[in-house]
Amino acid sequence: MSATLLAVQTLNGLQLGILLFLIAAGLTLVFGVMDFINLAHGVQYMLGAYLAVAAYGVTGSFWTAMLLALAGSLVVGLALELVVFRHLYDRDHLDQVLATFGVILFLGEAVKVIWGSSPLSLPVPDLLSGSIPISDGLLYPVYRIALIVAGLLIAALLYVLVTHTRVGMLVRAGATNAPMVSALGVNIRRLFMVVFGFGAMLAGFAGIMAAPILAVEPGMGDNLLILAFVVIVIGGIGSIRGAFLAALIIGLVDTIGRSAATDIARLVLPPAAANDVGPAIASMLIYILMAAVLFFRPSGLFPARAG
Amino acid sequence: MKRALKVAVAAAALGMSGLAAQAEGLKVGFMATLSGPPAALGEHMRDGFLLGVKEAGGKLGGLDTEVLIVDDELKPDAALTKVQGLLERDKVDIMAGVVFSNVMMSVYKPIIQSETIMVSANAGPSPIAGKACSPYFFSTSWQNDQNHEVMGKYAQDQGYKRVVVMAPNYQAGKDSISGFKRYYGGEVVDEIYTKLGQLDFSAEIARIADAKPDAIFTFMPGGMGVNLVKQFSQAGLSDKVPFLSAFTVDETTLPATQDTAVGLKSGSQWSSTLDNPANKAFVAAFEKEYGYAPSLYASQGYDAARLIDGALKKAGGKDDKQALIAALREAPFESVRGDFKFNTNHFPVQDFYVVEGAKRDDGKYIVKVVEKVFDDQGDAYAAECTLK
Repeated sequence: MSATLLAVQTLNGLQLGILLFLIAAGLTLVFGVMDFINLAHGVQYMLGAYLAVAAYGVTGSFWTAMLLALAGSLVVGLALELVVFRHLYDRDHLDQVLATFGVILFLGEAVKVIWGSSPLSLPVPDLLSGSIPISDGLLYPVYRIALIVAGLLIAALLYVLVTHTRVGMLVRAGATNAPMVSALGVNIRRLFMVVFGFGAMLAGFAGIMAAPILAVEPGMGDNLLILAFVVIVIGGIGSIRGAFLAALIIGLVDTIGRSAATDIARLVLPPAAANDVGPAIASMLIYILMAAVLFFRPSGLFPARAG
Repeated sequence: MKRALKVAVAAAALGMSGLAAQAEGLKVGFMATLSGPPAALGEHMRDGFLLGVKEAGGKLGGLDTEVLIVDDELKPDAALTKVQGLLERDKVDIMAGVVFSNVMMSVYKPIIQSETIMVSANAGPSPIAGKACSPYFFSTSWQNDQNHEVMGKYAQDQGYKRVVVMAPNYQAGKDSISGFKRYYGGEVVDEIYTKLGQLDFSAEIARIADAKPDAIFTFMPGGMGVNLVKQFSQAGLSDKVPFLSAFTVDETTLPATQDTAVGLKSGSQWSSTLDNPANKAFVAAFEKEYGYAPSLYASQGYDAARLIDGALKKAGGKDDKQALIAALREAPFESVRGDFKFNTNHFPVQDFYVVEGAKRDDGKYIVKVVEKVFDDQGDAYAAECTLK
């Protein structure tokens, strides 16, 4: 693999990592602060993309569509909290998994009824539609670079929010010991609602940003949800910093693994066998990584509850 | 007690109406994948079939036709249960549909063992075309390898010397690559197998750009194809590297890929631009009825309904099964793809084309014919079939 190819794959890995981070950030906050397993987080990602496509159809502007879809994601997130999730905080994890799985089925089917099951798309905004030549014959889309930058900005914003504001302090305190925070007179329910709405909006934002490069289709969030859970488990549940670093690690390992596994397998195996073994190993890599992390550091790389 | 009696009466009434329907009408079990990401394929196929039934005035072969539509959920086990229900409870006269080969392989045995006629409107796995062929099975689509072979032949004819091939890492993906290689004699510089359902192809696209091939061949059905086409175009490769594909660029994915798929090639036995009267009437009627452009899956569903209609008329009803099979073998209908006759294994002998994504004057995206690659082509497995 040449140096330019490695550089391009690193960029690709970063970009996948950023996308994962946007989804995992909301998930880890909700799971960490509220001890609530929200399987419907992937559906909120999907809704963000669909709302953006719908808003684009009406307004014809990517940026207005993004604002409308963000607002829509927030509203849907808060509505779900009010109607469904609020009643589940005190239940055990199995009830939460069942109920949020029901939300996945319901919203997945609703999306299909409204928009149909054919994949839809959102065009790349004109401002970001060009590409930069990286090597001979390969262009890197500006939009993907914009996605990386947007993700880094969100990460910085979250960092400031969580470490330097009062709400952030409460969130961190809630992640460490929610009953104690409540006992100190903080309206934990309202805090939950804020965290939840914010998480839903982040997932929606990830969906909007992904819509121009990925197909907008029912079930688009399901695969990413699994990866996002891997990210928060590796990063340490409830830790934004952990989610950020774990997302980047997963993105890089997965991308470079997919690119290089077959080549590496060819060094030791005949080509036909390498073609079988390489892709199989590449798709297992991140789970092997997760198992290794869990073995050596059972509470993740940066546990929020480390005391 | 009273309630039990009512239920019994109702059941008897239902049973009788069932009997009555069986005596006069025709029951067709139609199985398609209608949920999950590939649902669009099943919907196209179903809509095509129902249009065929509607155009026959709701009477295939003059018999009042009831179409029982079931969703196989792309799960072979669920499909098997549902097919057994159709065969044993509903006592369907004919089975039709089925998008995916793994589903077909699981329902094939029970259908032909019950001596029910099966008209596949899509899936064409190699065993059914070869050693496991059956007089009860007919296909209005193709044998799975064929659309890939079209692209292999095309790549060979175009003189592409170095080609990168890419497919999902599962059986149909590997079959696709072997189908391509059957007619392609140049160098395959890289074989890339991706995870089934992969979303982001940036790593693979970088590899392709790095290899600088004369062309790429890929098989990425459904949403995977949408993602690949968009990303391939965004990486600036669609102008530089010819994009050859099968089941990747068609009217189920074009609404999402739009301009990014214009000019990308695919192998197909049908296109809405094929110039024959049956096709023109079909495309116009389909778009009027459903408001979207039909794909090859829709054309296959439509042909399935028209085949059943024509054969029932020729055989004079459904009662003499051997006469019906003999009538089906003669393919007594005008296929929207033009030339159509059945091979000894009941798969079509037909023409294959290279098609490419294009934007029609009314703004709809379709695939249009570039050139004919095979004329009256049968599949590679027919010789293994014992039917004569």
